[in-house]
Amino acid sequence: MSAQTLSITNGNNGHAAQRRVIVCAGTGCVASGSYKVFQALVEQVRAAGIAVSTEFRPEDKSGAMRLNKSGCQGFCQMGPLVTVLPENLLYNKVRVEDVAEIVSETLVAGRVVDRLLYVDSTTKKHCRGVAEIPFYQRQQRFVLRSCGTIDPECIEEYVHQGGYAAAKKAFLQMTPEQICQEITRSGLRGRGGGGFPTGRKWEAARMQPEGKKYVICNADEGDPGAFMNRSVMEGNPHSVLEGLMIAARAIGADETLIYVRTEYPLAVQRMRTAVKDAEARGFLGASAFGSGRPLRCEVMEGAGAFVCGEETAMIASIEGQRGMPRPKPPFPAQSGLWGKPTIINNVETLAHAVRIINEGAEQFRKLGTAASPGTKTFALTGHVANTGLVEVPFGTTLREVVFDVGGGITDRRGKVTRDGFKAVQIGGPSGGCLTRAHFDLPLDYDSLRGAGAMVGSGGLVAMNNKTCMVAIARFFMDFTQRESCGKCVLCREGTRQMLALLDDIIEGRATGETLELLQKLASAVQKGSLCGLGKTAPNPVLSTLRHFREEYDAHVFHNHCPAGQCKALAKPSIDPARCKGCTACAKKCPVHAITGERKQPHTIDQALCIKCGVCADTCKFEAVIGV
Amino acid sequence: MKQTETKSFEGNMTTTVAAKTLSIDGREVPFNGERNLLELIRKAGIDLPTFCYHSELSVYGACRLCLVDIQGRGIQGACSTPPEAGLKVRTQTEEIREIRKIAIELLLANHDQQCPTCPKSSSCQLQDVARKLGIRKVRFKPVHQPEELDFSSVSLVRDPNKCVLCGDCVRFCSEIQGIGAIDFAYRGHEAAVLPAFGKGLGEGECINCGQCAAVCPTGALTPRPEVDEVWRALNDPVKTVVAQIAPAVRVAIGEAFGLAPGMSASGQIVAALKRLGFDKVYDTAFSADLTVVEEANEFLKRKAKGEKLPQFTSCCPGWVKFAEQYFPDLLPNLSTCKSPQQMLGAVCKATLPGEMGIPKENLVMVSIMPCTAKKFEAMRPEFAEGGVPEVDHVLTTQELARMIEEAGFRFKELEPESFDMPLGFKTGAGVIFGNSGGVSEAVLRYAAEAVTGRKLESPDFPSVRGEDGTRFATVALDGVQLKLAVVHGLKNARALAEKVRRGECELDLIEVMACPGGCIGGAGQPVSRERDVKRLRTRGLYDADKHLDLHKSQENHHVTEMYQKYLGEIGGRKAHHLLHRQYQNRRRIADERLVFGDGPEGAKLKVSVCAGTNCFLKGSQEVIRDVLHCVDAEQLQDQVEVSASFCFEKCDQSPTVRVDGQQIQHCTGQKACAAMRERLKTKIASE
Repeated sequence: MSAQTLSITNGNNGHAAQRRVIVCAGTGCVASGSYKVFQALVEQVRAAGIAVSTEFRPEDKSGAMRLNKSGCQGFCQMGPLVTVLPENLLYNKVRVEDVAEIVSETLVAGRVVDRLLYVDSTTKKHCRGVAEIPFYQRQQRFVLRSCGTIDPECIEEYVHQGGYAAAKKAFLQMTPEQICQEITRSGLRGRGGGGFPTGRKWEAARMQPEGKKYVICNADEGDPGAFMNRSVMEGNPHSVLEGLMIAARAIGADETLIYVRTEYPLAVQRMRTAVKDAEARGFLGASAFGSGRPLRCEVMEGAGAFVCGEETAMIASIEGQRGMPRPKPPFPAQSGLWGKPTIINNVETLAHAVRIINEGAEQFRKLGTAASPGTKTFALTGHVANTGLVEVPFGTTLREVVFDVGGGITDRRGKVTRDGFKAVQIGGPSGGCLTRAHFDLPLDYDSLRGAGAMVGSGGLVAMNNKTCMVAIARFFMDFTQRESCGKCVLCREGTRQMLALLDDIIEGRATGETLELLQKLASAVQKGSLCGLGKTAPNPVLSTLRHFREEYDAHVFHNHCPAGQCKALAKPSIDPARCKGCTACAKKCPVHAITGERKQPHTIDQALCIKCGVCADTCKFEAVIGV
Repeated sequence: MKQTETKSFEGNMTTTVAAKTLSIDGREVPFNGERNLLELIRKAGIDLPTFCYHSELSVYGACRLCLVDIQGRGIQGACSTPPEAGLKVRTQTEEIREIRKIAIELLLANHDQQCPTCPKSSSCQLQDVARKLGIRKVRFKPVHQPEELDFSSVSLVRDPNKCVLCGDCVRFCSEIQGIGAIDFAYRGHEAAVLPAFGKGLGEGECINCGQCAAVCPTGALTPRPEVDEVWRALNDPVKTVVAQIAPAVRVAIGEAFGLAPGMSASGQIVAALKRLGFDKVYDTAFSADLTVVEEANEFLKRKAKGEKLPQFTSCCPGWVKFAEQYFPDLLPNLSTCKSPQQMLGAVCKATLPGEMGIPKENLVMVSIMPCTAKKFEAMRPEFAEGGVPEVDHVLTTQELARMIEEAGFRFKELEPESFDMPLGFKTGAGVIFGNSGGVSEAVLRYAAEAVTGRKLESPDFPSVRGEDGTRFATVALDGVQLKLAVVHGLKNARALAEKVRRGECELDLIEVMACPGGCIGGAGQPVSRERDVKRLRTRGLYDADKHLDLHKSQENHHVTEMYQKYLGEIGGRKAHHLLHRQYQNRRRIADERLVFGDGPEGAKLKVSVCAGTNCFLKGSQEVIRDVLHCVDAEQLQDQVEVSASFCFEKCDQSPTVRVDGQQIQHCTGQKACAAMRERLKTKIASE
């Protein structure tokens, strides 16, 4: 407990009515033990004699404190997170042992537990809540607005906050044309990666002759390191369902499906609960909102393949076929699931549709850029201080995301460094790299495409200067070649051969011809593959070749990995100018390749060295170089 | 019924007024009804290479060879782009050439490249395209891992080392034959075409039609050869080797030697077989006449009694196995007549040893067939008497061509020779057995005279001819109406058989051929790249019919003699013993349910939950759990039998549950339990 205690009581003892404690139950926080924290809170609050309710009872005027779990609050790095309202305190890294103190100090005595607050790494300031934490300050939480406060398993609370008003309006007051028009006017573009105008997609399906139509929510988020859709589904599942219902009304579909990645059990469970509760309220069923129009929704677990995020492969998967894309045309809007007109929208796209119908296209267009209106969630990971889920308006620069939201680049020991930035990989395995030169590039669909990257589903991996870009290209290629469905020749065999060529480069077997062939092959796979996965699979290679050509050249022509990451090329040596002769590295070396007198510069015997890099990790003086 | 048009493409082009056009490599090309750019480009005389495009199969888009550059749209697959007026298409840009080369090199890098020892050598499309694209070196690393060959099938050999994963075989098997004996498994570069559960091709539901091999561009699927065994028999002085030649062989074998498809070459085949050392060469068309007599009689008897109708033909062994697997309930409707191959085999083995004075085991019967399923048929235990098979070896047309090549005969220069008598004598009715509609017509030629007692003026029944996959015809014979259907392609057969099963169609006779076009389109025929090959072969058979003096099986006096000498009465005891067989239920799992609990005796109610893939993915497991829970909780164990079932084939309504035979779509545990209680209540009330 910090010596400094801030009073948070506001005079009388009567603020209990507004008192609410929210424990983040996003996957990250759950993994760090937030369920246990929640349980401990329930027990200890009760033991302290405070009236507490874990259910949403708007009519309850007894003043009982509300205690609930929420979806992902985004600041996963600092989980488990506990928010205390109305003061808006955000306690981070809360353990079960901290609960007693939170109860006695904050909930009973009305004091802040300082040591559980987030400390800004630059100003060293204790930030009391979201408003003071830079990670949140730069964000505009539009889709994620209620994620992190609302109880995701409580339809009453969602409805109480105005939920399902948009869907109800769509069913009872709007014609399909009007809905499509509104979405078109909003300029909403698909959040799943392609950025195709959502309104146009809906309109195309609406124009199909009446009859059986389907809407599918694409929740098969598969990019490594991406968890935007999962967070929305876990945090505010009803917003996704409501968007889906609006889409169904817009095209005249009576059946909808949510195709969720099977590796997201919590999201599956929450979406299923949401559907069941919506059915019980008559929002779904034989007559949605009493409109007389039937609407069904089904939650389906994916079959575990990355390629099933591609819409035609997803349709095949739902039909019980092998998840393999098929050529377009015909487009799903013409002939999709079971041969019927079908639209497939990403989780985030659908969640956006709710607010557009509620607040109007103009309101939506106020955020973002003219061609890319609105906000976008990103899963910020890699070498940044604050990893987590962020939402920023399109047009925000890379600099703002990495430094203001992300809190800067960290080195290999996790410390923030000033000049450590090397690149970000945006858009996952289908995306590309951005460099220092792109610091002021506005993040939007068209600028990113111009820079050889893409918004993709929103994975954003920051990398420090100890990262080898060839190795990064290899990492993503390894992923795509395993996840290729195996259908078309260029993707199936091409990704595998690109991987082999990258291996040659990384392991010192490459020549100038290797680079030339890699470039040609990557371009052939990009232009000639059947589906989006194949067409974008070479992007990490092409974009690193474009922005970091000198790094490839160093590997190929000088047998040298500038980042010191590629073991086969590493020639570890000790810089005598920096070596203090502390002997720490010599003691740690598993093969006794390092020798030297105490307080004298040491040397590495290259014949013995296995290039494991332990010496470099051990050295406090950065004297080991070349590894 | 649809009459097929044989108007040429050029004729169409000139008669179309104000046709829409698009530009292909700078030349304006009109289009009218072509399904995609690839068809149009090929019609325009540019043979873009493909592995995975077949006009009768769905568009697949996997080989990436038919890529074209469309102005404003970039590089697109021609196979999946519909023609549009004004498109500017280029087929040979530098970029496209490079991509095509890369695609072929990628395939070669993962190919065993043992070309000289490959059965498809010289007719392999991979080889052909690589040569045409001028590939001299594979720039990529060899990544091919040798895999074992699959010899489990008696009809086909599967060599995964040659597979380019174009999926033609998979799509043919499921889209045309409606079977799906093979499909893709695994992902990425581990993807492979496999029979279910990685078993051998001979262990699954393959009906041996071999159409997968016929469409395979490489040597990944090929007919299983028996050439060596036949050579050995021919070179064995003790053996007397006789051959029979199926009708469809004569109009196709010439293709292997540069003759036009449809040109009858029976004289050359007989000559070649005699030179190879065959003692006698007979004609399967003879036993086709015999089949007509037996089958038409069987049919007329059934018709008179009004039982076991419609009668299905049984001369196609692919269809027979298909019926055994999927329509065991309709097996009584199959004609019990053996196929012409087996009839001739049976007759030879029964009569020749005595006539020639040789021991039965020294007589070797080799049949030359357009078909790979005939190899399977010949091996069926039903067709062996005392361990001696009626037919010892089956050579496909391709295999015979290879033997002729191996022997070094100049096929075209062979002086034609005649079949041996009497089993080489046939009428036109026996010859047209080789094409779809032929069996029906031959039976009609017999039945018409048998029913009316008058001589037919013209033997032709054009109403059963044609190319449609399912054709219907009604023939009135002195007040007797015969309703016929002709189907080819087993998916069509399945659809019709299901209608029969549901009692939705009134038919008397159904002719089924597994291969599109009938036997002339069999998988043992030479692989042809010609567009109209099936049509030309069919025409060849009808022409042969025309050129023969006799057209009706009942006019085959050698057949009549055969009855007098050996068989006794038509359909009589002896004929029946030699010429008829019945077939067995081959359904993989006859009672395809898994009953939970003890499966109470005399349960009032049966609840069956579909556990097929789709229903499983959509939660049928939970439904089963809920239902079982409910049965337990409400102590209904004695009254309800709960079972999981294989696919109900209602995947678009999954999960599906049947309560007392009634189907519930999109079922949940709750719904199932409610329906169960409801039904039980009404049952108890009604008792």
